[in-house]
Amino acid sequence: MIGFWTLFYKELLRFWKVAFQTVGAPVLTALLYLLIFGHVLDDHVQVHGVRYTAFLVPGLVMMQVLQNAFANSSSSLIQAKITGSIVFVLLPPISYGAFFAAYVLASLARGLMVGVGVLAATVWFAELEVVAPLWIVAFSLLGGALFGALGMIAGIWSEKFDQLASFQNFLIMPLTMLSGVFYSIHSLPEFWQGVSHYNPVFYMIDGFRYGFFGVSDVAPETSLAVVLACFTAVSLLTLRLLKQGWKLRA
Amino acid sequence: MVPAVSIVDVVKHFGVLKALAGVSLDIAQGEFFGLLGPNGAGKTTLISSLAGLVRPDSGTLKVLGHDVIRDFRAARRLLGVVPQELVFDPFFNVRETLRIQSGYFGIRKNDDWIDEILANLDLTAKADVNMRRLSGGMKRRVLVAQALVHKPPVIVLDEPTAGVDVELRQGLWSFVRRLNGEGHTIILTTHYLEEAEALCGRIALMKQGRIVALDTTANLMAAFPGGTLADVFVRTMRQ
Repeated sequence: MIGFWTLFYKELLRFWKVAFQTVGAPVLTALLYLLIFGHVLDDHVQVHGVRYTAFLVPGLVMMQVLQNAFANSSSSLIQAKITGSIVFVLLPPISYGAFFAAYVLASLARGLMVGVGVLAATVWFAELEVVAPLWIVAFSLLGGALFGALGMIAGIWSEKFDQLASFQNFLIMPLTMLSGVFYSIHSLPEFWQGVSHYNPVFYMIDGFRYGFFGVSDVAPETSLAVVLACFTAVSLLTLRLLKQGWKLRA
Repeated sequence: MVPAVSIVDVVKHFGVLKALAGVSLDIAQGEFFGLLGPNGAGKTTLISSLAGLVRPDSGTLKVLGHDVIRDFRAARRLLGVVPQELVFDPFFNVRETLRIQSGYFGIRKNDDWIDEILANLDLTAKADVNMRRLSGGMKRRVLVAQALVHKPPVIVLDEPTAGVDVELRQGLWSFVRRLNGEGHTIILTTHYLEEAEALCGRIALMKQGRIVALDTTANLMAAFPGGTLADVFVRTMRQ
């Protein structure tokens, strides 16, 4: 267990030492989104009977939780691979499970830290309720962990920074931006509503938002089941890659 | 007594390149063993296979009787490896680096031993300096320190003195000799043949993924009376 705790602590320390960049910057980005979109749309748009700025806040929080959880594990692994310092975690007797858990939990910690930061910075601009806090906790934990694990796959797969950037720009970014962060999928044409149901991030955002307003596009139980299934699948895949040593051990 | 390292018929290909072509070798506990050969001979691949960084296509490798794949956690606990490349984690200072490395091996409070390693490698004054700010030679010393934090009974030094000044070399060798005297098995690869000649009790010469000579340093040298290990090396590689 000491190996796991050390790796977890080292991963926490790694992002905390550059917290201005890893926590502060995403909070500022989310705040800018809120100020711009809120200013333009708050007087004109209501979603599920909620003013637009209030609707937007939970979406922005969850989007940053997911993106930063992904960024943490993926950037740590690619950096360690490119500099060669990955040997320091490959040489010791750390089990695959401990390796996985340490990276995912540290990613989750960063995601949650950013999420709390975004909430603290944006809550002043919207009237926000908390109807079902357990759903908020469940979706932020599962979503952050899922994207932490996904970040591990991206970090293990990538051999260069531009490969990781492709993963981020062409998969993670579209999935999060088109997940209903900025809109309810009921405002979309029927075809795109159908397409949105194939995006697992949609369920995370929708279920997370349910915790604040008690209304959602899909029943939160359904969303939780989808997110849980995705987390299980991605975790099993990551553990398998670690066990095989794919792209880590020659 | 179980060998410190047991390697049986290890084969490894990288694409069409046969990096290891059936290497077998036993290294006894307490030996100071030299693994020599030109670039591309397969030394680092063999060491990486022992450390679990490379998966061989076939064959077995054991550290003190523990298979490096099936029983990898026990095998890795017994092994300390100084990698050839000058790698470091830029987020941490020297002491943090060594504490973290201790933790990876399951050791929580290790400061007494860390202080001793720092002193022996002349790193005490640099303990709180970030790794990025160290010179190449200093970074090399930290790599050696990282391999020793868990007091491994088997220590592998893959070209530890490459690019290192004379003073450090002398300090390093005196420290490593002391560890060997205390019972640690040392496996050394180096291109400085005079160092291998002075330090190693037994030497394997590798060429194109095979061991082409394996004997005590004295016996190898006896085959070329009046010559140095460099002469032995050159003639063996020409054969």
